[in-house]
Amino acid sequence: MAVRTDLVPDGAAQRPSAADRLLGPHRGNERMRAVVDVVMRLVSLAAAIVVIVPLVAIVGYVLVKGLPTLTLEFLTHASGNTESPGALNAILGSLQMVPVALLIGGSLGLLAGIYLAEYAGPRMAAGGTFLVDVLLGVPSILAGVLVYATLVTYWTGSSAIAGSVALAVVMFPIVIRASEEVLRLVPGSIREASLALGIARWRTVVSVVVPVARAGLLTGIMLAFARGFGETAPLLFTARGSESLNVGDFSSPMAALPLFVYQNSRLPDRTFVAQAWSAAIVLLAIVLAINVIVRGRSVGSRVE
Amino acid sequence: MTVLLDPRRLQSRRLSRLPDRAFVGGTGAVGAGIVALLVLILVLLATNSALTWQTFGLSFVTGTVWDPVAAVYGALPFIAGTIFSSAIAIVIAAPIGLLTAIFLAEYASRRIAVPLTFIIELLAAIPSVVIGLWGVFVLGPFLKVTVESFMVDAFGWIPIFRGPAFGIGLFAAGVILAIMILPTIVTISREILVAVPPAQREAMYGLGATRWEVISHVVVPIARSGIIGAIILGLGRALGETLAVTMVIGNGQDIPRSLFDQAQTLSSKIATSFNESEVGLQTSSLIALGLILLVITIVINVVARVFVGHATAAEAGLR
Repeated sequence: MAVRTDLVPDGAAQRPSAADRLLGPHRGNERMRAVVDVVMRLVSLAAAIVVIVPLVAIVGYVLVKGLPTLTLEFLTHASGNTESPGALNAILGSLQMVPVALLIGGSLGLLAGIYLAEYAGPRMAAGGTFLVDVLLGVPSILAGVLVYATLVTYWTGSSAIAGSVALAVVMFPIVIRASEEVLRLVPGSIREASLALGIARWRTVVSVVVPVARAGLLTGIMLAFARGFGETAPLLFTARGSESLNVGDFSSPMAALPLFVYQNSRLPDRTFVAQAWSAAIVLLAIVLAINVIVRGRSVGSRVE
Repeated sequence: MTVLLDPRRLQSRRLSRLPDRAFVGGTGAVGAGIVALLVLILVLLATNSALTWQTFGLSFVTGTVWDPVAAVYGALPFIAGTIFSSAIAIVIAAPIGLLTAIFLAEYASRRIAVPLTFIIELLAAIPSVVIGLWGVFVLGPFLKVTVESFMVDAFGWIPIFRGPAFGIGLFAAGVILAIMILPTIVTISREILVAVPPAQREAMYGLGATRWEVISHVVVPIARSGIIGAIILGLGRALGETLAVTMVIGNGQDIPRSLFDQAQTLSSKIATSFNESEVGLQTSSLIALGLILLVITIVINVVARVFVGHATAAEAGLR
């Protein structure tokens, strides 16, 4: 909108107005202001494009480089198979360790989230939320070091269960944060209605509040699952990986898809590096599928 | 009332409260686990690195040599690698991230903003190891023949731009980190920009301001502390990121002198050396690196939350 300077009385034009101060050097130069506006609009558009280029490039390259070696043998042989190595042990390893981790970290996170949202007083809840924020910022490799210094050293040695616990440490604050936020959204009137019927508080939480928040809780748990599925660092010193199939033996080392990608990428042989890309396809497919399904439903409401 | 005070009834009421108490106690115990876990991490890292602190004292932090053969350990090269790579990431990601957030919150129509926000959230979901794989085999070689060779040719006479550039090293790590922290900066900044009250914008439009003038004079200044918080949160993520950095930063054992030198961060040093290290002073020193990393990230995250917290409090005051 142009400012009609011709309508301003002569005397008033001499004094610098608030608008003069705010609009800076180009005030009065309508053309320049319009140009700056358009340029900045384009610059911010360009920035947005720069942000999504890596996503497209990563997904594109992973597909191009990994598809040729993504064969049936790759999906059905263990990496220790000398004739045609594959990633079955890594796929099955992730499919075992991550659910166990979710069972530990997810259930504990849910309980802690319930406590923070339903029982803690305002101060306690604020303090708890703050500590969860801090915990979310702790680098995941330190979860690996933590489990190494406890479980691995004194009890289990390098094992799948140690890997699961390390992943659970990563998932724990994620599930707390998600469940706490979702439970806070449940209207108080629903709780009051239940309590007014004489139903005990715990029963109200378990049978009324949690079912109402079910969809949101599931979202948080699925996102924690996806996050755990892609984590490598906590497994480096705990599950360590294994070349042979390990089904059900949680007391020995176990392979995992992200570990497979990392370890293969460091091998000098090109065929192994190619398999790292193929494993990355499987990994990306699972992680992105979960994210698309879970986030896709709620994205519209959050952008409002 | 007399009926209520009947002792048998009182007894049964107490009994009916038992599950309630058990439930509060149970969830509360797990809630206390949040504190316990943080304390446990701190204590374990401290006790398991005690040998290093006894041997070197605080000179471990300033020591520049990491030599397992001579049993001399110093953390400074890795502290430097961590800070430099994160600094590069912030220099790249902060302006791009802020402009993207501005685009999403102020310029883009809903039809564009919704899918774009969704795609940027997906970028945050890509596993670190996949980004590292792409970084080492695609981005690194690309940077080497484009940005890096250009900078070495043009500014190579300045020590920090000295070549040769390998496509693997501090700069590549910084770019990878920038890509990884952009979603954090964009999504949080966007939410904070969107929360700026419309009345503030309308007042400025009423003065005849253009859209950019409204953004640069009103919206961004009001959202400033939240945006700073978002950037610091991005910094926290960059400092602790492990796998992708490990894959692209190379394996330099000295304090990097040039942008293109190979280096190691605190986390990448732990990731690459922990399994091969001997129990004793070497493992203890690696865990000491972990303790330094933990302290740095906790401080950064606390600072960031103070800023982001302030922003929401300010919004509440504005409305």
